[in-house]
Amino acid sequence: MHLTLNVWRQKNASVKGKLVRYEADDINPDMSFLEMLDVVNWQLIGKGEEPIAFEHDCREGICGSCGMMINGVAHGPRPATATCQLHMRHFKDGDTIYIEPWRSRAFPVLKDLVVDRSAFDRIIQAGGYISVSTGSAPEANSVLVTKQNSDLAMDAAACIGCGACVAACPNGSASLFTSAKISHLALLPQGQPEREGRVIKMVEAMDREGFGNCTMHRECEAVCPKAISVNFIARMNREYLRSLLKGEGLP
Amino acid sequence: MSVDEFSMSAEKRSHWLLSFWRSTVGKKVVMALTGAIGVGYVVAHMLGNLQVFEGAEKINAYAALLKSNLGLLWTARSILIAAVGLHIVAAYQLARTSQKSRPVGYKRWRSVGSDFASRTMRWTGPLLGLFIVYHLLHLTTGAVHPDFVEADVYQNVISGFRVWYVSVIYIVAMLMLALHLYHGAWSMFESLGVNHPKYNRLIRALATILTAIVVAGFIAIPAAVLLGFIS
Ligand code: HEM
Ligand code: SF4
Ligand code: FES
Repeated sequence: MHLTLNVWRQKNASVKGKLVRYEADDINPDMSFLEMLDVVNWQLIGKGEEPIAFEHDCREGICGSCGMMINGVAHGPRPATATCQLHMRHFKDGDTIYIEPWRSRAFPVLKDLVVDRSAFDRIIQAGGYISVSTGSAPEANSVLVTKQNSDLAMDAAACIGCGACVAACPNGSASLFTSAKISHLALLPQGQPEREGRVIKMVEAMDREGFGNCTMHRECEAVCPKAISVNFIARMNREYLRSLLKGEGLP
Repeated sequence: MSVDEFSMSAEKRSHWLLSFWRSTVGKKVVMALTGAIGVGYVVAHMLGNLQVFEGAEKINAYAALLKSNLGLLWTARSILIAAVGLHIVAAYQLARTSQKSRPVGYKRWRSVGSDFASRTMRWTGPLLGLFIVYHLLHLTTGAVHPDFVEADVYQNVISGFRVWYVSVIYIVAMLMLALHLYHGAWSMFESLGVNHPKYNRLIRALATILTAIVVAGFIAIPAAVLLGFIS
């Protein structure tokens, strides 16, 4: 395959970047999108140019590091697919592809397609955990979880923290991510003791990072590589109100 | 850290109402509640207006009834003014937060989830605001109505809508309302966390049906005057 790429190139966080055009030859349709970029990078290195920086780790859709905007869609055109799982057979020979980094005030571009997603870590630090004392594990059957709740909690826990929801959202909102993290703990017994404080603190942390607010465009759920549903955003809102009405987690 | 310390942490926190208003989730709840007051109002207003089809006596008597108890009238008006005010302030602040969240935009961006109504909320909202001002000056105070007759609602409606461009303004405004309600009357449930797989489709359907009925009911009046069905 032959492709024309327009890739965002930016040396570091403090300089301006621009789209640079590359002609990519010898692309095999069975390659993943990242392997395609690897080939382009080998060609660039061969010419003595700086390779395109992009983040990647697992290359199997579980680490959440590989996100990029592909022709204006986070993680590209396939639903429920991370960039590393996207294959070049979903493009046509001769296609022009625009590749840009996530755009969000909270996710500064570090280099080319690599952004800093530490804002997500700070949201997690604000309450996305449970406090357990160390010691031997309790007997598993002593805490019962309904099948419904365990399935739903798993759906939410599938979030890999990639940031596509923020990138795709016209409001730059992190609601899908934050709500997934709040929901999977709120649905399980282990999450109950800190439930009320958690939602307030995580929502506050989300706002502090400067993310926008959810207006239910539903762009996030359409691009999420884990197909996390916006129903979790409604659940977060419900958890927030519940916490407010119960009064816990607040002075 | 014990559970108690976690939930009641010692850090200084502002009053809950203040943190509620400051948070994007809380402010959206305010939008949803004030929006819901708006939805309730437009439904009632549309149903009341349909009485023009029953003739001058009927609608004029209804208008007189609404204005008969000044206490009730101004209570209702105060609630509506407060709701619209809060709705606008919250809308403005949230929109600013969202705009600031992406200082550098995309060269290419393609919609895969949103719809026209959701993307135009920030246009249809302010346009409705302008329309509300015009509408009050036109049919409530009569300031911009060339043939305004005090307390003769029927006459004011008929002579008002006979001017074709006035009818066009009203009809276009109601199409704005259609877009605003199509998204808003659904999304307010999500903002309030009223969401359950059993009812989600029902809520979406109700918002659509309500929008269609309200807008058709409102548009029927200028349309009927223009087409000569009522005079
Ligand atoms: C006065 C001018 C108005 C402005 C500036 C305005 C603005 C907005 C904006 C920006 C939104 C948020 C859009 C979104 O979340 O996607 C919104 C939502 C909403 N508006 Fe308005 N609006 C106005 C009038 C009205 C009126 C008259 C009604 C009632 C018929 C109404 C009902 C709603 C509802 C129900 C929502 C949804 C709230 C939610 O998503 O939780 N608005 N409005
Ligand atoms: S909710 Fe989906 S899109 Fe957002 S960070 Fe998690 S996995 Fe990525
Ligand atoms: S590289 Fe790990 S999710 Fe794509």
